[in-house]
Amino acid sequence: METNKISKVDLIFEHIDPREVLTKACGMSGEEIIEEILASGLKGRGGAGFPTGMKWKFCSQEKEETKYIICNADEGEPGTFKDREILDRVAYKVFIGMAIAGRAIGAKKGIIYLRGEYKFLLPQLRMELDGFHKMIEEIGCEFEIDFRLGSGAYICGEESALFESIEGKRGEPRNKPPYPTASGLFGKPTVINNVETLVNSVIIIKYGSESYKKMGTQFSTGAKVFSVSGDTAIPGIYELELGMSLLEFVKEFGDGDTKAVQVGGAAGFCVPRKLFASTVIGFEGVPTGGSMKLFNSSRSMYNVLHNYLEFFNEESCGQCTPCRVGCQQLLRGVESVKKGESKSTYLNELVKLSDSMKIASKCGLGQSVGNAFNSIVENFREEIIY
Amino acid sequence: MYQTDNLVKDLVEEHGRCRESLMPILQGIVEKHNYLTDDAMVEVASELDISAAEVYGTASFYSFLDTEPRGKYVIRVCRTITCSMKGKHEVIESIEDILKIKLGETTSNGMFTLLETNCMGWCHKAPAMLINDIPYTQSFQGKRLLRLLKITCINKRT
Repeated sequence: METNKISKVDLIFEHIDPREVLTKACGMSGEEIIEEILASGLKGRGGAGFPTGMKWKFCSQEKEETKYIICNADEGEPGTFKDREILDRVAYKVFIGMAIAGRAIGAKKGIIYLRGEYKFLLPQLRMELDGFHKMIEEIGCEFEIDFRLGSGAYICGEESALFESIEGKRGEPRNKPPYPTASGLFGKPTVINNVETLVNSVIIIKYGSESYKKMGTQFSTGAKVFSVSGDTAIPGIYELELGMSLLEFVKEFGDGDTKAVQVGGAAGFCVPRKLFASTVIGFEGVPTGGSMKLFNSSRSMYNVLHNYLEFFNEESCGQCTPCRVGCQQLLRGVESVKKGESKSTYLNELVKLSDSMKIASKCGLGQSVGNAFNSIVENFREEIIY
Repeated sequence: MYQTDNLVKDLVEEHGRCRESLMPILQGIVEKHNYLTDDAMVEVASELDISAAEVYGTASFYSFLDTEPRGKYVIRVCRTITCSMKGKHEVIESIEDILKIKLGETTSNGMFTLLETNCMGWCHKAPAMLINDIPYTQSFQGKRLLRLLKITCINKRT
């Protein structure tokens, strides 16, 4: 498999002339923008990795008069803090990205759903937004952005739960289909993108898809902002080209004693040391929304798993049974194995349960509990039992 | 308990009477009073012409829309894995020690409530906590934590 060395880039946080990009985008037709984004191979940076151009294309084909662009800034995945950094340092690029998406699909209204934990950013963001509104008016484009705040619910990062929350309801995910591009916020065609995805669209419009594609690999084009934390001497935000091997990553960021890396947060995968060399960070390997947590040999993987299960147990919205009861049972199960109340073979039953949750749960939360659970139980079984 | 006076009416005026105004209205009440009383929720329900159960159902879904009495300052310490690895327990213990309350409790003067919360996006500066809306990270430990809580308290009195 093709893997690259660590390659740092500075595109997301680089200062650009906002007026220039915005003027360029406003001079392009919706189709031209979508063609460019499709050609770039950009995939969603929130974690799921859906091709952004396709999302925009589907939504542009809808005939409705009213359409919405939503910026998903409900960054709740444990270990992720890149969206806060982006909004803190280059919010104007997020606004421009939303305007570009709006032009592509024919939407005139955008909403940024900011998690409640980031409310402290709001005064500064509102000020910057005023500047953006003035600028876009001067250029002669029509696009208006508003903020909505979350109130401490992880599940509202799920797109349809986020719509419910904006609509003033409990943040419970909807059945899909219909997908948001056909029926999203208030039942209207909606494009919902992660903060970083929107900024990437600005980079693509500015530099063109050809030069964007030169970064990363065939299946994971571009660069990605990584949130590095845990047992590392240099925790923080790093923008790296996609497609590097996890071994390269650990060489750069590890403390020399890294035994596992949790790639993609609590909903992601735990990769043990023996698999570092063969694991590619990208959509062809282990995808991530940016969360990279390093654990050294002093850490108990039981504690890690227990912490994640407590997290899911609390954040499960409780709407569908596989997720609600499944999360409870996985947590109780590992506790009982640890205490010696259940046999170690009970772990096999729990793995089956998490596999069932993957199939039967309504949304991404319940479907991805098994990622962390299975990968930790599989690779650190003895730490869970003894 | 608190009186909402004209707060609900003002918020309804600002955000409108439609269902999607519910969250901003509830958030506005919590911003002022830190939790929602039954009376406040009933008042919101009648203003928006929806049932009180709808209001309570929505509020109780969100962990920041508390329906139980909270202090003027709600301290939420992050409990997710990195903060837990980097000394969250010590932070909670020292706050418990300073404020003489346990996790989940409110000081008798109604000033502070101590809670845990899930990952709040400060893993690179763990351990982290929120006091109302403001995040405080690793540098607020030991004596600085004590000073922070004292200053917070004094600011409120004046």
